Amino acid sequence: MPARLSYSAMVSKTELENAKRAASVREGENDKMTEAIVAQDLRKNFEDVEAVAGLSFEVRRGELFGFLGPNGAGKTTTINMLTGLARPDGGRIQIGGIDCTGRPKAAQHLIGVVPDESNLYPELTGFENLCFCAALYGRGKAERRARARELLETFGLAQAADRKFGGYSKGMKRKLTMAAGIIHRPEILFLDEPTTGIDVASARQVRQLIADLNHSGTTVFLTTHYIEEAERLCHRIAFIVSGRIVRNDTVERLVQPIQEKHRVEISCANPVDGLEEKLAASFPGLRFKAASPTQVRVEADHPVPVGPLVRFLEDAGAEVTEARRMRPSLEDIFVEATGIEAGAMQGEKEKRGTGQ
Amino acid sequence: MKRWIAFWNILDKDMRTYYLKPPNISWGLIFPLAWTGMFFIRSGRGLDSILTLLPGMTAVSILFGTTSMLAVTVTFEKRSRSFERLLLAPLPLEFLMLAKTGGAILFGMANAFVPVVMAAFLADLSGVAWSLFVPAVILIAVASTFLGLFIAVAVSEVFEAQTFSNFFRFPMIFLCGLFFPIEKLPIFLKPLSYIIPLTYGADVLHGSVHGGNTMPYTLDLSVLFVFCALLFAASLWNIKRKWIL
Repeated sequence: MPARLSYSAMVSKTELENAKRAASVREGENDKMTEAIVAQDLRKNFEDVEAVAGLSFEVRRGELFGFLGPNGAGKTTTINMLTGLARPDGGRIQIGGIDCTGRPKAAQHLIGVVPDESNLYPELTGFENLCFCAALYGRGKAERRARARELLETFGLAQAADRKFGGYSKGMKRKLTMAAGIIHRPEILFLDEPTTGIDVASARQVRQLIADLNHSGTTVFLTTHYIEEAERLCHRIAFIVSGRIVRNDTVERLVQPIQEKHRVEISCANPVDGLEEKLAASFPGLRFKAASPTQVRVEADHPVPVGPLVRFLEDAGAEVTEARRMRPSLEDIFVEATGIEAGAMQGEKEKRGTGQ
Repeated sequence: MKRWIAFWNILDKDMRTYYLKPPNISWGLIFPLAWTGMFFIRSGRGLDSILTLLPGMTAVSILFGTTSMLAVTVTFEKRSRSFERLLLAPLPLEFLMLAKTGGAILFGMANAFVPVVMAAFLADLSGVAWSLFVPAVILIAVASTFLGLFIAVAVSEVFEAQTFSNFFRFPMIFLCGLFFPIEKLPIFLKPLSYIIPLTYGADVLHGSVHGGNTMPYTLDLSVLFVFCALLFAASLWNIKRKWIL
C-alpha cells in the first residue's frame, strides 16, 4: 500500500503577519516605546496558597503579550492585581507609565478589562449594557450611543442590540463583554481567556478582533490556555506555572532552539516487533522514538529521508498508512519548559468552559 | 463632569433595574399601608392616633425600603461579578459607593412620604415642622441605606443579607422609641436604644410632628450624621478588605 504523505509544516499567512508585527513592535522600541505594563516581583498569597510567586515581566506599548499556563497557574490573579481588583502582597506595578503600587485605581482610565466570565447586566439589553459601560468612563450620551452602535456592528451583534443580555448565547455574551471592555478605547486591554467555552466560529471571530485591535495600536495582555491561539496572535509569550514565569520571550525566539530540528511521524496499520531498534540500526543518523506500537517518531538535525524510511518499513512487513513531516511547535517548547502536556491542560479547561 | 456622568448613570440604572420595578413599588406602597393600618386599629383612638403613629410609620418605611433592597442588589451584583465592572471604573471608591447607594436613599425617601400622603387625607398636618421633618427623613434614609450597605458587604449570599438585615431591623423598631417610649423599656434594654441610629431619627420625627422629642434636635441630627459617616466608612473598609482581595 502506498504511503500517503502529508505536510503540516506550512507557514501560515497569519504567522507571517505576526512576525511582521513583532518586528514592527521591536522597531518601535527605540522611539515611542516605553513599557505599557511593568510588573516587578509581584506576589500574592491566599492563606497558605502561594498564587503568584515573584512575577516580573514587561509588556511594551503596542505589543500583544500572551500569558500561557494551566488552570490555577496564577493568570487571573495576576490580571486582577494589574487591573486593581486584587491587592498584591508584594512587588511593584506600573501601568502606562503610572506607578500603581498601592494605588490600584491610578491607571484605570487607561485600561479595559475583559474578564474570564461574561459579567454584564442580564436585565439590560446589549445596547444598554454598552452605553452604561461607556458612561462609567464619563462618555457623553451622544458619544456613548454612537460608540455602542459601532461596536455592536463590529461584533456582529446589531440584530441583538435590543435583546436582554441574559438571553444571549455564550458566544454572543463573550463578544458583548469584549465590546464593553473596549467601549472607552483603552490604551491597554486585558483579556482573560477570551475564547474559552465558546463555539469555533465565535472564537475565530474573537481572535480576529483581538488581532485587529492590536493592529490599531492597542496593547493587549492576553491570558489563554490555547497554545495555538497564543502562537498565532502574540508577539511575546510568558509561560506561567504555579505562580512563576518559566519562560518569557518572543514566539520566534521561543521556537528557535528547535527550529532546526526535523521531525517525521510514521503510522502503520499493524504493529511490528522491535520497530524502533530495526530503524535505529539501519538509519544511524536519525533518532527514533516509538509513540505507540504502530507509530514511530523520527527526529534529525537534517531533513529526514521519508521515502527510504517508508520503503524500509514496508519491506519489514509494516503497512504504512501515513508519514507526516512535523514542524516543531510552541507546544513542544511549552511541554519542555513546564512539564505539562498541552492536551491535558486544554482538556481540563474545555470541561470548565462547557460547564460555565 | 465625567465622574458625574458615571454617578448619574449608575443611579439611573439601579432605579430602573431594581427600585422602579413593579414588585418594589408595590412593596414600597403596601408595606407602609399595612403597618399604618395595623397600628391605627391597635391604638383604638381613631383618627386622633394618626399624628402619633406618623413618625413611626415614616421611619419604618424608610428602614425597610432601604435596607432590604440595597442588601440584596449589592450582594446579587457581587455574586454575578457585575460589581467588578464598577470596581474597574476610574472612579474613587467613595464616589462609586455613593452612586450605588443613591438609588436606595431616594427609594427610602419616597417610601417615607407614602404614610405622609396617607396621613394628609386623614389628619391636619399644618402643625408639622417640615424644616425638621425633611432633614430627619433624609438622614434616616442615608443611615438606613449605609446600614444596608454594611450588611451587604459583610455577607456573600443574598439569603444571608436578608437574614442579617432582619437581625438588625426588628430589634431596632422596638428599641428606638417609635412605638414604645424608651423610658418604658426595661432598664437593661435602654442602653441599646442609644446605640441605634433610628432612635435619634425617631426623636426628631416625633418632635417635628407632635412636639414629643426627648433630646435636642441638634444632638439628634448630629448623632445621625455621625452614624452615617461611621457606617459608610466601615462599609468602604470592608469592601477594600473583602472585595479587593
